[in-house]
Amino acid sequence: MLNDQSFPWLTTLIVVPLLGAGLVWALPGAARRHARTVAVAVSLLTLVLAVVAALGFDTAASATHQLEEQVSWIPAFGVSYALGVDGVGLALVLLSVLLVPLVLLAAWREHPDAVATGGERIRHYVALVLVLEAFMVAVFAARDVFLFYVLFEAMLIPVYFMIGAFGGLQRRYAAVKFLLFSLAGGLIMLAGVIALYLHGPGGPEGFLVENLVGLDLPVTTERLLFLAFFLAFAIKAPMWPVHTWLPDAAEQAPAGTSVLLVGVLDKVGTFGMLTLCLPLFPEASRWAAPVIIVLAVVSILYGALLAIGQEDLMRLIAYTSVSHFGFIVLGIFAFSSVSIQGASLYMVNHGLSTGALFLLAGFLVARRGTARIADYGGLQKVTPVLAGTFLVAGLSALSLPGLSTFVSEFLVLVGTFTTNKPAAIVATLGVVLAALYVLLTYQKVFTGPVRDDLATTPDLSTREKWVVGPLIAAMLVLGFYPAPALDLVRAPADVTLEQVGVTDAAPAHGSADATTSTTDDGSDQ
Amino acid sequence: MMTTALAALPLEAEGAVAAASASGAFSVAWLLIALPMLGAAVLLLAGRRSDAWGHWLGVLASGSAFVVGAVLWFAMMGLPADERVQDLHLFSWIPAGAFSLDAGLRVDPLSLAFVLLVTFVGTLIHVYSVAYMEHDTDRRRFFAYLNLFVAAMLLLVLADSYVLLFVGWEGVGLASYLLIGFWNHEMPNAVAAKKAFVANRVGDIGMIVAIGLMFATFGATDFSSVFGRAEGAGEGLLTATGLMLLLAATGKSAQFPLQSWLGDAMAGPTPVSALIHAATMVTAGVYLVVRSAPVYAGAPTALLVVAIVGAITLLFGAIVGCAKDDIKKTLAASTMSQIGYMMLAAGLGPIGYAFAIFHLLTHGFFKAGMFLGAGSVMHGMGDSVDMRRFGGLSRYMKVTWLTFAAGWLAIIGFPGLSGFWSKDKIIESAYAVADGEGWQPWVFGTVALVGAGITAFYMSRLFFMTFHGDKRWSDGHGEGPADGPVRHPHESPRLMTVPMAILAVGSVALGGILAFGDSFVTWLEPVTGHAEHHEPVLPIWLIMVLTFVLVIAGVFLAWRQYAAAPVAVVPPRGSVLTRAARKDLYQDDVNEALLMLPGQYLTRSLVYGDRQLVDGAATGLARVVAGSGEIVRRVQNGYVRSYASTMVAGIVALTAVVLAFQI
Repeated sequence: MLNDQSFPWLTTLIVVPLLGAGLVWALPGAARRHARTVAVAVSLLTLVLAVVAALGFDTAASATHQLEEQVSWIPAFGVSYALGVDGVGLALVLLSVLLVPLVLLAAWREHPDAVATGGERIRHYVALVLVLEAFMVAVFAARDVFLFYVLFEAMLIPVYFMIGAFGGLQRRYAAVKFLLFSLAGGLIMLAGVIALYLHGPGGPEGFLVENLVGLDLPVTTERLLFLAFFLAFAIKAPMWPVHTWLPDAAEQAPAGTSVLLVGVLDKVGTFGMLTLCLPLFPEASRWAAPVIIVLAVVSILYGALLAIGQEDLMRLIAYTSVSHFGFIVLGIFAFSSVSIQGASLYMVNHGLSTGALFLLAGFLVARRGTARIADYGGLQKVTPVLAGTFLVAGLSALSLPGLSTFVSEFLVLVGTFTTNKPAAIVATLGVVLAALYVLLTYQKVFTGPVRDDLATTPDLSTREKWVVGPLIAAMLVLGFYPAPALDLVRAPADVTLEQVGVTDAAPAHGSADATTSTTDDGSDQ
Repeated sequence: MMTTALAALPLEAEGAVAAASASGAFSVAWLLIALPMLGAAVLLLAGRRSDAWGHWLGVLASGSAFVVGAVLWFAMMGLPADERVQDLHLFSWIPAGAFSLDAGLRVDPLSLAFVLLVTFVGTLIHVYSVAYMEHDTDRRRFFAYLNLFVAAMLLLVLADSYVLLFVGWEGVGLASYLLIGFWNHEMPNAVAAKKAFVANRVGDIGMIVAIGLMFATFGATDFSSVFGRAEGAGEGLLTATGLMLLLAATGKSAQFPLQSWLGDAMAGPTPVSALIHAATMVTAGVYLVVRSAPVYAGAPTALLVVAIVGAITLLFGAIVGCAKDDIKKTLAASTMSQIGYMMLAAGLGPIGYAFAIFHLLTHGFFKAGMFLGAGSVMHGMGDSVDMRRFGGLSRYMKVTWLTFAAGWLAIIGFPGLSGFWSKDKIIESAYAVADGEGWQPWVFGTVALVGAGITAFYMSRLFFMTFHGDKRWSDGHGEGPADGPVRHPHESPRLMTVPMAILAVGSVALGGILAFGDSFVTWLEPVTGHAEHHEPVLPIWLIMVLTFVLVIAGVFLAWRQYAAAPVAVVPPRGSVLTRAARKDLYQDDVNEALLMLPGQYLTRSLVYGDRQLVDGAATGLARVVAGSGEIVRRVQNGYVRSYASTMVAGIVALTAVVLAFQI
């Protein structure tokens, strides 16, 4: 059986990319031009290892942390190197290790100066991506609040360089802004982390999440702690009104960086809300939920309206993400098992659709040298495959049924309907705005007469098809058959809801018998 | 007020019928969707490699779905009425705990009627398109989208839950978007495609809210559970659900107030207009209402609104149809109006459901036939759609003329033809609604009656302007006006005329066959329930006579103006109403003033505000919190690398603080 819990799978998934990064940096002169090949190979190895590890994951017990490892790190103040994933963590780990090889493959020719500098820059870039991969896996697997915090902050470093050293003209401004926002959130959270520990049981395992759940905190303390954590996560997510670093970062960063930044890193924010805020501070979560739901709904509509008004493709995609993160946060704080499952699933699906959109936008930029929407037009005739894949990714972003994002957005909405009808109805307006921002963009970039300066634009190369192909396949598969993903997030959602102390509202005219819950046990026979 | 009429609805019996789990021939019903879906997938993935044979594969995929549909129909004919609702379980689709939904199909008389319409008319239109799109370099992609449409439409009508129906619902919307914008290298076509999709999305709000309400109330979204539990729910909730479903239906079926996209949708190739924007997809809203009969059974107010929307659209479309000079847009206005008839019938409740579907089927034949005829005319007239430059074509395109005549006579309700049977029943039922009490029968009945007269006028206008009267084009050899555009009208190839002829036969005979012995109404009874006969407020013979007189008057007026007298090649100024109707009764201006302009203004102000206010405030705050101005200044001054060390130093220092605290 692959389910050998004694093998340190998660550490392996962290160490392999780190070693890979070291290897890339240590390559001797002549071998340096193979840096990208090495990096792709390492990331593919990590992907294979992750899949093997996932096969050992018992989905029937997806609410329990599995693949656990624990080593005492700083016993003097309760810090452990404790790893383990429940279904949600595993899903996000898998998303991360899937996106990294695609990003590396996409970055093949992203830097025109790569040749001039002997491939030095791309070598640093791919190494940083691998370092980031290690941190991403670690942060979703951390079971120790302090370890989580350290990783939460440490991730800033590779991303900072990935924006600030490899981005566009305003890259330094964008990188500093990203850092400022993250640092601000991080500092507040640190205060919360320390205070939480002081209220905890202490001892050598005092920072373990499981030892901090269910503390009998004074009401005010709990609320303040909640706010400290939530603010950091809201900045990361990003939610309105602390979202403004993201459009700048996405505009300046190379497309691949944006994929990881928005597709994975920002999920640490919503992941933190789900796996730390709710279980650690249930009373405060219930207390703050009405306001957070309003902010989430504002994010949905605001992000979508801003996306419609953008002139830069990358900023546009960033704003669509603000809207999508609004749905995720809404799902988490609507406190229904269905909406929480939707939110968990949304984190994965958003990574697929937005990842594909950023990558395809990157391919456009690589061809034209600009992300200004007005510089494009009529490309459908010239590059039908690029147009078609962009449309599919866009349709996924607007949650077209049959594509994976639909299932998650739909579950968020119907779940919210059971607990907060007004919020659900207002959020539903987002589907019209989503159609506008996707189809307007498609219209401007791909339809109309072919522009003379674009008439010889090459269509997607084989390499580029291999980059977007897996994402589109995943969108279709998880759209028509989301059961494997839902099996991972269903039980954790129930447990989270229990920890918050809320039970699902029973339907007013539901049936007493179990005719509709034949698949509750996860089997689909 | 409707309760007595509704008492006749055997809801309990229907629940019992629903329990039958599909077996035998019905267990392969999934092939109906899989075959065209496979066709679309192959054509899209194979790309240019399949250019040579792709169109025939498309025909084959659609045709084989028709064969499966026919087999299922024969199988169902062999079953007693109370076993004709068959649920086919496919797989566990969304197993999300409290929300657990299986993908499944419901094969019943209603869905099968649609299956046969979609696959039969659809296949004919596939065949027609082989010739119509012959010179298009992207013909293969066209067939891929057509197959995608057929698959999605069949999913829509076969789904056994609202959520799966929604997948098909959006799927047909996508196919419609792709096909309206098939020639999207011309910007207006791309804009029309987007407009259609967005208008449909506005309707989708209704669908999502309705599903959300169902889940919150019934804990389920599959037909069996929702319909079984609807009786126990309060009227307020059912009314809200019914109205939301109606909102969805108005988007998809181009009903007031979401009708404005349909005319623009004529930007798509004509076979698309025939299949999607006349015969099938746009009627999905009617399907949705009829399918949801058990929800509407407890929501008389919602049902009344359905009827009102239908009545408004019926007149709206008919009035617009009178003023258009574009042959396709006239047909589009007519489609809107005819779906208004269906919606009105559906809004009458149990006495109208079957007639709504009956008219939907006959309309599917005669309207598709006329669209194909219009395509044939365009084919012979250099792709022109301006009826003011047609005229006298009956001599040049005999088959097109004759088949079009069949459609024309059918839609105006010429006695004995298909439209006569279906539309007359709607007028009659409208006069019988609400047990003949109050204002409803008089208003709805009269609207339907007057609509028939207007229909006769605008359809005859179209027919005479196109096929009769003077030639308003030149053949380049001295025939026709010298200043007219040079045209060489000719009959279309067999691949086009044969499908037109088959649809013409349907336009003539289908109505009579389905009306014979009330066979179609009886066929639908397992779904719509048995409706008792209700007496109209006017004697039936009088309604028939009045209808006939109005129709003859409409035809005569059109003949006098557009066949007997010369037709101006430049549209005359016209009355206020004509000018308004030419502009679709200002629907776009209203949308622009109420939605688009405020929306653009809002977006622009938000973009400005985001940069100036929100960003400024948030960044300022972050700067203060991240504090220690020294770090910030140094980083900003470009000492990039110093941050990393500062960061590490910071973590170490903080760790030390924590340690100190602990000790």
